[in-house]
Amino acid sequence: MHVAESLEEVCALLADDPSASLLAGGTDFMVEVNYSHRRPRSVIAIDRVPELTGWRQSNGHIELGAAMTYAEMEHPLFAAYVPALAQAARTVGSPQIRNAGTLGGNLATASPAGDTLPPLAALGARVRICSRRGSREASIDELIVGPKKTTLAPDEVIVSVRVPALDGPQEFLKVGTRNAMVISVATVALILDRTQRSVRVALGSVAPVPVRAAEAERWIAEVVDWDAPAVPADDILVRFGELVAAASSPIDDHRSTADYRRHAVAVMASRALARVLS
Amino acid sequence: MSEDRSIAAEQATLSYTLRVNGTDRPVADAWLGESLLYVLRERLGLPGTKNACDQGECGSCTVLADGLPVCSCMMLAAAAVGREIVTVEGLADDGELTDLQQAFVDHGAVQCGFCTPGLIVASEHLLSVNRSPTELEIREAISGNLCRCTGYGRVIAAISAAAEARTAAD
Ligand SMILES: Cc1cc2nc3c(=O)[nH]c(=O)nc-3n(C[C@H](O)[C@H](O)[C@H](O)COP(=O)(O)OP(=O)(O)OC[C@H]3O[C@@H](n4cnc5c(N)ncnc54)[C@H](O)[C@@H]3O)c2cc1C
Ligand code: FES
Ligand code: FES
Repeated sequence: MHVAESLEEVCALLADDPSASLLAGGTDFMVEVNYSHRRPRSVIAIDRVPELTGWRQSNGHIELGAAMTYAEMEHPLFAAYVPALAQAARTVGSPQIRNAGTLGGNLATASPAGDTLPPLAALGARVRICSRRGSREASIDELIVGPKKTTLAPDEVIVSVRVPALDGPQEFLKVGTRNAMVISVATVALILDRTQRSVRVALGSVAPVPVRAAEAERWIAEVVDWDAPAVPADDILVRFGELVAAASSPIDDHRSTADYRRHAVAVMASRALARVLS
Repeated sequence: MSEDRSIAAEQATLSYTLRVNGTDRPVADAWLGESLLYVLRERLGLPGTKNACDQGECGSCTVLADGLPVCSCMMLAAAAVGREIVTVEGLADDGELTDLQQAFVDHGAVQCGFCTPGLIVASEHLLSVNRSPTELEIREAISGNLCRCTGYGRVIAAISAAAEARTAAD
């Protein structure tokens, strides 16, 4: 058991024993351990590593430490820069889970229902990953390649995530069975970028990995009157919803049917678009 | 659930010291995978913190870690070294009740009582950061605590009453 105090120490420990488990908030890890699905032999706690904690702003970007908790993402100062991520954090689990669970844990777990993933995908986030071999950067789709599958090597640790501080409103919408403690049935992150004159949309829980709705993004960027943005007519909102839903490839499972997921995505996408343009 | 701790026999054990309710509590020869909840209950003789799910869903195991409510079943005990842990036993002296605990009793917010320690810790934290919470804020603060008996109405009434009595007192 190591409670790591620096990034260098984490990388050295992993290099010496790549089978060691990293532990951040424990909210995914401990479920596996408590139910005997995982028997850790060696654990490196990374929740107090300075390079991994907190967030900072620099040159139009926000850099989020991998060990940043949901509770920290909900903070108004942070929410002002990256509202979609703050809204997503607000929907995670319960206050207790949000005090412990981290961004890096959500990325490494790579669940299709991971709630930070759609906002990060929509923002074009860059994930910084380190090992003693060096440092690399990956986009969300380079990092997450399948349900619970990442390109992280056993000796690598996620250090931070960089997202742009954009000019424009952002929305994160989530459908689940109730308000608290619920795993997403479908999510939509929608971001208005006034500078680039673009709308960015990403979906969660409706495909093996978070997906961008590229065609819907291209279509709506042409339709919006960027000099005088206003809520579009109903037929445009509906068409946009359909195009976004077309980017999903949902499945039937114990939480929902594929049809319902497609429908929910369309409704959330139109609603989110109306909100950011109002 | 987490009954299968016999694995400890096959694996190297470790010893460490936790800071619980203001006291250093040594833990000897523990298995690495033990949760804080398990160690509190089974090794440190603090059974006030309850285990109903062992997967972060019910909140009956809520403790404060460095002042924040967390599920102790989701915290690896050996990784809690250096953190200030407060359990329900740490809120009042032995045999005494806090005003909040008394309010739970007075309002019939304790039925089977299994969820109560977690609710007390979560709502004590709420009152420490928000002296006059609205009903919505109370509901939000206890949204991670499941209660199968009360329907929450009496719990909310108890927390509101304790909050009002505290503000009236100063
Ligand atoms: C009751 C409950 C409710 C939940 N609700 C939600 C929800 O609504 N939405 C949601 O998205 N998730 C939810 N989760 C899942 C979980 O809380 C999140 O995925 C959380 O972000 C995991 O982070 P953590 O810090 O707790 O990870 P940990 O459990 O500490 O680690 C998880 C995995 O990631 C690895 N890891 C952690 N940090 C790093 C890093 N920096 N670099 C490389 N690998 C790393 C660990 O080795 C481990 O394999 C819930 C979990 C519980 C128990
Ligand atoms: S026992 Fe920890 S949340 Fe249920
Ligand atoms: S009083 Fe029985 S679970 Fe709450």
